[in-house]
Amino acid sequence: MTPNEGAGARSDTQWPLWEVFTQEGEGAPHEHAGSVHAVDAEHALQNARDVYARRGKVVSIWVVPSEQIIASAPGDAGPLFDPGNDKPYRHPQFYKVPRGVRVE
Amino acid sequence: MAEFEARLDRGETIEPKDWMPEKYRKQLIRMMSQHAHSEIVGMLPEGNWITRAPSLRRKITLLAKVQDEAGHGLYIYCGTETLGIGREELVDQLLTGKAKYSSIFNYPTLTWADIGVIGWFVDGAAIVNQTMLAKTSYGPYARAMIRICKEENFHKRQGYEICSVLAAGTQAQRDMVQDAVNRWWWPSLMMFGPSDKESPNSAELIRWRVKRESNDTLRQRFVDLTVPQAKAINVSLPDPDLKYNAETEHWDFGAIDWDEFYQVIKGNGPCNRERLAARRSAHDDGALVRDAAAAYARKRSAASAA
Repeated sequence: MTPNEGAGARSDTQWPLWEVFTQEGEGAPHEHAGSVHAVDAEHALQNARDVYARRGKVVSIWVVPSEQIIASAPGDAGPLFDPGNDKPYRHPQFYKVPRGVRVE
Repeated sequence: MAEFEARLDRGETIEPKDWMPEKYRKQLIRMMSQHAHSEIVGMLPEGNWITRAPSLRRKITLLAKVQDEAGHGLYIYCGTETLGIGREELVDQLLTGKAKYSSIFNYPTLTWADIGVIGWFVDGAAIVNQTMLAKTSYGPYARAMIRICKEENFHKRQGYEICSVLAAGTQAQRDMVQDAVNRWWWPSLMMFGPSDKESPNSAELIRWRVKRESNDTLRQRFVDLTVPQAKAINVSLPDPDLKYNAETEHWDFGAIDWDEFYQVIKGNGPCNRERLAARRSAHDDGALVRDAAAAYARKRSAASAA
């Protein structure tokens, strides 16, 4: 379906979709906030500012065309992530230290 | 399906790419788009008073609130789009009248006191509903609700502040706020939707944890929260049957006029036609801006390619 097909008789465009990531404070990670429609990257940044940064806090915004996001498939989650699930030796609790000694 | 329901029973969150029954997807599109449209149409009754706000403080507040409503509409539209429906189609459903929005926005804002009472009652009721929806099973909807709840408490407080100032003012101001309370109280109770017995979608929505509580439970919570707030500023709620029930520890209230509710839903409220006409003309007037932005982007990308 082309983007305009759903709009019935109205010839309309709501512009391409962009995903928005905001950083709420210095040193914090950028986190997915939502999405906006915009004609280009600069416009997407402006719209993202208006929609997701109306109140203090946000110090940086990333925008990326939604179609450029590559995501893992939910059905692959098992085989994709289980190599990380059976390696207790990657956690500090796996290792014994003499009683009464502080190591961290 | 069994696996889907097992996931819901374990309290897991459903994400856009996860398998979901078509009915779940449809119900969410219906409910979320209705919610987004309500935020957008909700700008109209309040926008009506921006130029006539009684002070600069009230005016910047009202501007910020109306901007928030636009933002909230956009949060929920983008959440709805993750279900596979385009923004164009969503907008079209609103403008053609195919999709509904909250019946409350089909009532007029006759005086300045209406702006106070909308913040206090309408946003107050919305917060009760949205706090429940912040725990909904669909991830993008829940995340939009959390974002909205964080912002919306200011809406309610500024409304209650307007009401408390008017209620402590001159006789004319007291009469004005009481009149607004009288007009908005019952429509605000109707915002929670039909009684549980009459609500066709409720059981399924609760089973799929889209909603976590019933319409009547949420309505009762709103009444219990609001009665002491009204007493504190000496305005009365227009219900002779309103009385505290020591046994249930809730405020009992009188019968809701559901005929009025269904008339407004059907399009026969005081402002249904006016609201849709205003949205349509805003959309048509905006075509120029949408086309110009698209043309500008084409020109810029041609220039950078050259």
